[in-house]
Amino acid sequence: MAYANLRKRAWCRCRHALAKGITFLGAALLCAQSSFAFAQASPIPNIFKPASTPADAIHRLSLFVLTITGLIFVIVGGLLIYAVVKFRRRGEEDGPEPAPVYGSNQMELAWTVVPCLIVLVLFLATARVIYSVQEAVPPATAVQVTAIGHQFWWEFRYPELGVVTANELHIPVSNPQNPTPTFIKLLSADTDHSFWVPQLAGKIDLIPNRNNSMWLDPHATGVYIGQCAQYCGTQHALMLLRVYVDSPEDFARWVAAQKQPAVANDAVAKGRRIFEQTACINCHAVSGTAANGVFGPDLTHLMSRYTIASGAAKNTHDNLKLWIHSPDSLKPGSLMPAMNLNAQDLDDLTTYLETLR
Amino acid sequence: MSTESIALTGVREPSRAFGDWLTSWITTVDHKRLGILYIVFALLFLVLGGIEATIIRIQLIAPLNTFVSPRTFNRMFTMHGTTMIFFAAMPILFGFANYFVPLMIGARDMAFPRLNALSFWLTAFGGFLLYFSFVGANGLYGAGGAPDVGWFAYAPLTSKAFSLGHSTDFWTLSLMVSGFGSIGTGVNIVATIVSMRCPGMTFGKMPLFAWLNLVVFGMVLVVVSPLTAAQLMLCVDRFLGGHFFDTQAGGSAVLWMHFFWFFGHPEVYILVIPAFAFMSEIVPVFSRKPIFGYPIMVGATVAIGFVSMTVWAHHMFTVGMSAYGNSFFVITTMIVGIPTGIKIFNWLGTMWGGKIIFKTPMLFCIAFLFQFLVAGLTGIMLGAAPFDWQLAGSYFLVAHFHYVIVGAILFALFGAFYYWFPKMSGRMYNETLGKVHFWLFVLGFHLTFDFMHIPGLLGMPRRIYTYEPGRGWEVWNLIVTIGAVVQGIAILIFVSNLLYSMFKGKLAGNDPWDAWTLEWSVASPPPEYNFLTIPEVRSRRPLWDIKHPEDPDWKYE
Repeated sequence: MAYANLRKRAWCRCRHALAKGITFLGAALLCAQSSFAFAQASPIPNIFKPASTPADAIHRLSLFVLTITGLIFVIVGGLLIYAVVKFRRRGEEDGPEPAPVYGSNQMELAWTVVPCLIVLVLFLATARVIYSVQEAVPPATAVQVTAIGHQFWWEFRYPELGVVTANELHIPVSNPQNPTPTFIKLLSADTDHSFWVPQLAGKIDLIPNRNNSMWLDPHATGVYIGQCAQYCGTQHALMLLRVYVDSPEDFARWVAAQKQPAVANDAVAKGRRIFEQTACINCHAVSGTAANGVFGPDLTHLMSRYTIASGAAKNTHDNLKLWIHSPDSLKPGSLMPAMNLNAQDLDDLTTYLETLR
Repeated sequence: MSTESIALTGVREPSRAFGDWLTSWITTVDHKRLGILYIVFALLFLVLGGIEATIIRIQLIAPLNTFVSPRTFNRMFTMHGTTMIFFAAMPILFGFANYFVPLMIGARDMAFPRLNALSFWLTAFGGFLLYFSFVGANGLYGAGGAPDVGWFAYAPLTSKAFSLGHSTDFWTLSLMVSGFGSIGTGVNIVATIVSMRCPGMTFGKMPLFAWLNLVVFGMVLVVVSPLTAAQLMLCVDRFLGGHFFDTQAGGSAVLWMHFFWFFGHPEVYILVIPAFAFMSEIVPVFSRKPIFGYPIMVGATVAIGFVSMTVWAHHMFTVGMSAYGNSFFVITTMIVGIPTGIKIFNWLGTMWGGKIIFKTPMLFCIAFLFQFLVAGLTGIMLGAAPFDWQLAGSYFLVAHFHYVIVGAILFALFGAFYYWFPKMSGRMYNETLGKVHFWLFVLGFHLTFDFMHIPGLLGMPRRIYTYEPGRGWEVWNLIVTIGAVVQGIAILIFVSNLLYSMFKGKLAGNDPWDAWTLEWSVASPPPEYNFLTIPEVRSRRPLWDIKHPEDPDWKYE
């Protein structure tokens, strides 16, 4: 019967593909190691360039899964192409119909049992990574952060350090000898959001009435790019996220600076008065002043941030002014209202904000 | 069975005035006419959903593009998803089931013809409700326009606080109404298959098409009901001040996710099992061999039906379930791959040793096998929860499910269109145009959906109306949009081929493919009563038995 033949051929193919797969696996593992050693912050948030322990665990698992699925693809795809070429009807010949074959118990048993074994292996490998990432216990040296998702920006609080900031998360680099991972509690003030910085970790959602958590353990300093990954409303697209991984010294310096109250500079008293007498303070806080709103980002150290409007624009004089004058022109649909200030007031207010270093 | 019904020719109806013609279609309870109504209705919505997809792709062709506003973009992807799943894919597959299940089991109509008509019109009304939101959602709040909450409408975006006006109300009402339609059709098809099979057609001798649709509509009954219930609960929240999903009053966002995905994941199988059904009819005929391993094909389908209802929370790996919960849904998700893999091997086994004829329907089926394989493998990647923490909600995911819905389901549907067009219209399609459609569509499909995986791996989330330059996403998005245009052209060729052939094609005769199931024993198009005398069958391939009396199937099965 043709099926003995089929089985033989299939096995030949299997062996061939297996050899290929092993070569590929070797190459993949090599690549995994090299990327582990050299991963840097990149403007392209590539999930295959992990720079933090959870992202790296996922990366290793992903290479394993890719290898197995790649093998299946080669084998089944090869069989399909072989069948299509080999068993095509040649010409318009009208000879006898091919022999009807209704099934084969051995063959069907084989292609039931083998997938079961593959599934078992995949499951065990996956479960191991799930537990290693989800059940990690924070060491005493861990930095604790609370991230709160808002429409359409990020609030970051460091309860132990007494720091509040927005949109740009600063965390220390964690060296394997003396790990200082960052554990993040994830909350939402309104709709669902998702914290995703691909090079540092997989995404976890921020859901109202729910406490989620995740951790980052970055190995290299730099700026890592990410953004909200769960549709949260009109401006979901420009809810960008920057994570600054600092050296321990830089991080300590940054924390010290953030803990300072806002700069009080009499030269900008006029702008400050405008800020405190308009609706700005309903939403924004500046420590040491009457402004203590909580609906928008804390502005105490606004100028220490590289971007405004949750990454929608660089924090330059012109952008800042435009943002106050007409938020919709930078980020249509954002919840910040236009304040309708006259040109003079707008200048004064911008000048004031620019002193908040 | 008697040969009498084979020789039967179509009954020509006398030409009538347009009004009579229209009334006859609106008031029809004939399963074939309702099937065609479903298909025509679905094609209309396919075009609408396609236009929305085109707008999405034009907006994303370049970074910082301003073709549409963020709000419009959000409406487009919401309407695209809702339209394609509920008002294109489902009705078109329901249409084929409506048309061919009674014919294949030797019945003269469905078990409940009037319920059948009611179900169709409910579905149609749901579709019109959804689109009426474009003009009718302008409530007192001026929030008008179509819904912009995404096709799975996660709470609390749908609550009063975040969704002003009535756009979300139109969304939820339209799904509720069409949900009742789906449940009606589910009851009807299950009852038809269980109780209206012709003499001799035991469950073991039913065509796979009927078996697979039995599983599909059984699933419809189980999973569409919770979705419809969830829509009712959302209505209670929005109209009566309930708090099921209203998080600001202590409601649960995660509860909605469970409701939605308990429907949403089996829904994938509700769409893909009919595609399996097309495959299981077309592949044997064009390989000139009976289906390989009929009992295991049935068993695998029933297994998929059950297991697919235990996997829903793999859509929720990122919502912070426990490690135990995540592991559970990993194993169930991977298990559902086993019966699916079995089916692929059995189609391969059917082709193996056959004489494969490369007519257009078979070409689409071969492409289905290849693309469904890829979609299954990316599905395994997404099923490995930690890998999913990276891939969920990214363009990789979008590419994956379009590989399933376009690469597998739509390809199988095109195969089904070409295969049964001669039966439904009485005329052959143009083979050359069919092949041009196939190759263009393959090209466009792979340009779009192969390259769509890449920006996902580079961190591009779905549902963003724009992106900044320098993230490494530009070139992939450009290619994806070009592919979408090619697919559009291919579909135009398909539509013109069907329209042209409907009037000018060669007459097809009863059985142009030398096929084996009962629908090919009657005239093309079939007469209103289907069978002059109810046939009697002795095997799974009754027409084979008639054509080969010296070597009938019933001696071997």
